[in-house]
Amino acid sequence: MNIIKFLESFTNEGMINSLNTKGSRRDSFNQFQNMGKVAAMAAVPFGLSALIPTKANAGTLGPAETPTEALQLALILEYLEDEFYAMALDSGIIPVADQAIIAQIAKHENAHVSFLKGALKDAAPAKPTFDFSGRRGSTTTPAVFSPFTDYPTLLALSQAFEDTGVRAYKGQAGNLISNGDLLTAALQIHSVEAMHASQIRRLRDQKGWIIGKDRGGLPAAAQPVYDGEENVTQGGFDTSKVADSNGIFGVGSASESFDEPITGATAKAIAQLFIVETL
Amino acid sequence: MAGCSSDDDNSGSTTDDQYPGVRDGVFDLGGGDLGVLTYAYALEQLEADFYTRVVNSNTFGSTFNSEEQAVLSDLYRHEVIHREFFKAALTGAVKRPEQVLPALTFDYGSLNFSNRAVVLATAQKLEDTGVAAYNGAGRYISKADYLVLAGKIVSVEARHASAIRSLINPGTSSFAGDDVVSTDNGLGQALKPSQIITAVSALDIIQTPFTAQFLP
Repeated sequence: MNIIKFLESFTNEGMINSLNTKGSRRDSFNQFQNMGKVAAMAAVPFGLSALIPTKANAGTLGPAETPTEALQLALILEYLEDEFYAMALDSGIIPVADQAIIAQIAKHENAHVSFLKGALKDAAPAKPTFDFSGRRGSTTTPAVFSPFTDYPTLLALSQAFEDTGVRAYKGQAGNLISNGDLLTAALQIHSVEAMHASQIRRLRDQKGWIIGKDRGGLPAAAQPVYDGEENVTQGGFDTSKVADSNGIFGVGSASESFDEPITGATAKAIAQLFIVETL
Repeated sequence: MAGCSSDDDNSGSTTDDQYPGVRDGVFDLGGGDLGVLTYAYALEQLEADFYTRVVNSNTFGSTFNSEEQAVLSDLYRHEVIHREFFKAALTGAVKRPEQVLPALTFDYGSLNFSNRAVVLATAQKLEDTGVAAYNGAGRYISKADYLVLAGKIVSVEARHASAIRSLINPGTSSFAGDDVVSTDNGLGQALKPSQIITAVSALDIIQTPFTAQFLP
């Protein structure tokens, strides 16, 4: 998926649909009630218009087609998660009951950063400047997200980051096929991200797995994290037709059973929402 | 495998002498891409059979609370779908039907399906094994389409492992515990097929003999 198309779908769905149509407005309202951020929706389009990278200047990170580019993209995503969870632990808003979980995830993301920096050596990109408010460093636009003062928002962003990470690593596997050691390491990180995703989703009273392209109460802006997950055709086989003596399982179970990859461009575009510099 | 590739050869790195099939009276999983897929099919058969027995047990409703029932029912459906996917994929990829691994038979011995702790511990073992198996097998797949398909499944297995672990030890680090994720580098487990087969054989659940002489 090219980045322009992605951003078009983003602005169309996230902005036009949710602000101009009645049904979607209500959906958005409900989602933001879930997040405790009823007033934030209006800020999304302004935040977005400021951060849409053009095709011409979106290329300082490679297209993620070589093993090095694949790992560079992975490191950007790990930097993001590492900083997010470090700030989460510092926020003081994590309930005692969840602290061991968030701390374990933070520990892993920090280890992933170290591992990838070690693997990339001089090719490791510098850590970008992150802004988890969704306004990319702007001081004049209102915050879209306040994850470090609102725990439901913290969990919502965490889910989006983990589910994105799973899809992004999966999307890079083919680019690492020529290097067995790097491929294995990437798969090993990929599975850990999936363990995180499942736990965070369950803390949010979601299933640990993704049904259809349901964004699980996240704001409409998060839909690109889930678009494509509804696929049920795997290697030409329609998994929604699988049945046993208990009956046919259907598209819900079929979509849950397989996670889908995203391209490097899509992963970058999602990460870009929280990175001040243009990737 | 239909729809996977523009060329007609779906054997990937499997050479003619390493196709899955019966050798000396015992089914060998084969080598190369088809060997790895057949190995995965064997593991998915085991998982699918286990959860099918769990959810169809007449004590299922009294042994597990509603959250546990929902998770185990999802896992049952996912694993049956994985099993049927591999069956279809391999049927399309091999040259002759007898090169598809037959339905294995299973025997759980004294495993008590009415014992919550025992069933969940077995589920955890199977899910952890599945994650380590796919992570370790990825490098032996040569065809990118197959690698992505394995990747689509392994992350779901990891989601399962996390959920089962959190049912057993809620509110702790166990969902991605230090026993399965390295504290040094944050990497999950990856084990070779030979290591996995040894571990699974030790469970003594799979009754159908098979060999894996071409897998690392």
